[in-house]
Amino acid sequence: MSSSNKQMDALVAKGYEHGFVTDIETDVIPPGLNEDVIRFISARKNEPEWVLEYRLKAYRHWLTMTPPHWSSVHYPAIDFQAISYFAAPTKKPQLDSLDQVDPELLRTYEKLGIPLEEQKALSGVAVDAVFDSVSVATTFRQNLADAGVIFCSISEAAQEHPDLLREYLGSVVPHTDNFYAALNAAVFTDGTFVYIPKGVRCPMELSTYFRINAQNTGQFERTLIVAEEGSHVSYLEGCTAPQRDENQLHAAVVELIAMQDAQIKYSTVQNWYPGDEQGRGGIYNFVTKRGDCRGARSKISWTQVETGSAITWKYPSCLLRGDDSVGEFYSVAVTKGRQQADTGTKMIHIGRNTTSTVVSKGISAGGGQQAYRGLVRMSQRAENARNHTQCDSLLIGDRCAAHTFPYIEVKNPTAKVEHEATTSKIGEDQLFYCRSRGLSEENAVSLIVNGFCKEIFNELPMEFAVEAQKLLAISLEGAVG
Amino acid sequence: MMLSIKNLKAEVEGKEILKGLNLEVGAGEVHAIMGPNGSGKSTLAHVLAGREGYEVTSGEATMDGQDLIGLEPEERAALGVFLAFQYPVELPGVNNTHFLKEALNAQRKARGEPELDSVAFLKLIREKLALVSMKPELLKRPVNAGFSGGEKKRNEILQMALLEPRLAILDETDSGLDIDALKTVSDGVNALRSPERSIILVTHYQRLLDYIQPDFVHVLAGGRIVRSGDKTLAKELEEKGYGWLTGQDEAA
Repeated sequence: MSSSNKQMDALVAKGYEHGFVTDIETDVIPPGLNEDVIRFISARKNEPEWVLEYRLKAYRHWLTMTPPHWSSVHYPAIDFQAISYFAAPTKKPQLDSLDQVDPELLRTYEKLGIPLEEQKALSGVAVDAVFDSVSVATTFRQNLADAGVIFCSISEAAQEHPDLLREYLGSVVPHTDNFYAALNAAVFTDGTFVYIPKGVRCPMELSTYFRINAQNTGQFERTLIVAEEGSHVSYLEGCTAPQRDENQLHAAVVELIAMQDAQIKYSTVQNWYPGDEQGRGGIYNFVTKRGDCRGARSKISWTQVETGSAITWKYPSCLLRGDDSVGEFYSVAVTKGRQQADTGTKMIHIGRNTTSTVVSKGISAGGGQQAYRGLVRMSQRAENARNHTQCDSLLIGDRCAAHTFPYIEVKNPTAKVEHEATTSKIGEDQLFYCRSRGLSEENAVSLIVNGFCKEIFNELPMEFAVEAQKLLAISLEGAVG
Repeated sequence: MMLSIKNLKAEVEGKEILKGLNLEVGAGEVHAIMGPNGSGKSTLAHVLAGREGYEVTSGEATMDGQDLIGLEPEERAALGVFLAFQYPVELPGVNNTHFLKEALNAQRKARGEPELDSVAFLKLIREKLALVSMKPELLKRPVNAGFSGGEKKRNEILQMALLEPRLAILDETDSGLDIDALKTVSDGVNALRSPERSIILVTHYQRLLDYIQPDFVHVLAGGRIVRSGDKTLAKELEEKGYGWLTGQDEAA
């Protein structure tokens, strides 16, 4: 072992920088799940009766299901009765000004490098901060309201826009869809609702920062975005989480609906706690994300940069129902240490002339395990539908692994499906070449990895792309061994 | 002495390749190191640049009295050691301009010099481009990816021009080049000759030395320098092969 390898090992062992705990009193109900817990959640949120019924229906269905085991990720069985299903900051602040937000919370955001004030002042991004299940700060509400855009928490939507919520909630991901989606439908605590009226181009990028905080509290966020005919919206989701001993389950559901000529761009930077060197305490990220291109010429684009979580298990998907609709999936996923990821997308082509593009970049380092799993389905009606999938894996070191599982189903003879896959390694020769020019090993890795991911970063909104590059550099510090 | 190598022994995967090599290179001198395949020429080049896996077992190599062997490759680069690769490595997706700027600034930073901003850098790189007759488009492409053999070698010389090393080691820079490319590359190297810069040309063939005139020629065989002379030694080698020096037929 050369001295540089030792240095690298030391860096690999470096702790999670965002691992700190915010001291805000949370109002947590005891662990366990039954109908009373669901009634408690619903009552605390003052929900209309139909929401409670929706939850109970989902819960009863969930009871008939068993956890799925078909992915290539491994983890001990989850005890769903050991999870607490509700936590809310008790000092609930007013929503109309940041001054009224708990200063402790604001400091948390600052530590994360996402100060709300700066966000407001500099970037013009409206931030709906979801903190332990209850929204504590909503900004730019007025600007958005002037444009007719609704951007609020799901709880507020249940109060203020019950008809819209009722029409669309569960219409893309039904409560029967899968085990975790059913669980989410039963116990979702909060989330974001976005409604863009006909013909409106949302005047700013919408952004929600999620942060899991209370120990042992499962997070069951629900996001619903509806883009009416001819409207446009770009939504950013970014996450970090404090260090924890016990695994935290995150089973979110995201539903997107794009009507005729509407466009939704959904970007995620995910940096949840991946666990310690033994893999203890990391987040389980089991998320159902699906977009429904309902109208002709509609477009839904998913872009994700996934560097965190102990286990990432998700497939942001597009149902291409409208003729000429377009689905896109751009992904960078990093696994290192003991991280596991089974991620990819589903492109379901139903309408004519529908097109989809999938570009997936997987980076594995240390003992990271990663699988790309992607389904492309060309249904009988999908005349002239086209898909192009490109799936590249980059390996750093010789203990990690990458797998590709493409599923292709074609029922229309005019449809075209292309799949390309490559696997490469950061070679010792590449590193030496860079170092012989004066670059440190760390910079060399970062340079090579950023080159590998460039196509994806180009899809992200500017500020997010910068953040993503930084995140990738931090994630891969010392990844070479 | 600018570079001083004394009784250097080095092994690769447990096999001793350099078996007590001595070499002195003065400032501004151009030394050609010739020899049959497998004699240790490339090993010497990589040992000097600090490649992992090339283990120095004894002896020393110093630059201006400073030990090189204990340094990381990037530290040697900052001191002014430059290796032009026989097979330049491709870095897909890494923009050539960005790479050059990062490399230059990393070296400047290590030497305590101010880093160049984009404007200053672009001005500088344009000057250097002209020196190696490289198409500016190549700056926009990923490092060496999809470059022709000649373009890769020219890119190496461009890096050398930009990084302005004090010791440049050119490892088989002539290999795989047609005569036009060889001439362009040689012109670039000649333009970079200076009293402050020493150059070691590692080559199998005399051909390169028609274009870059060395001050000294050394024959490396069996891990040692077995003969040193001026450029007429290269001519002699061309006529007689290496066999008369190594006591065996030249390995092809």
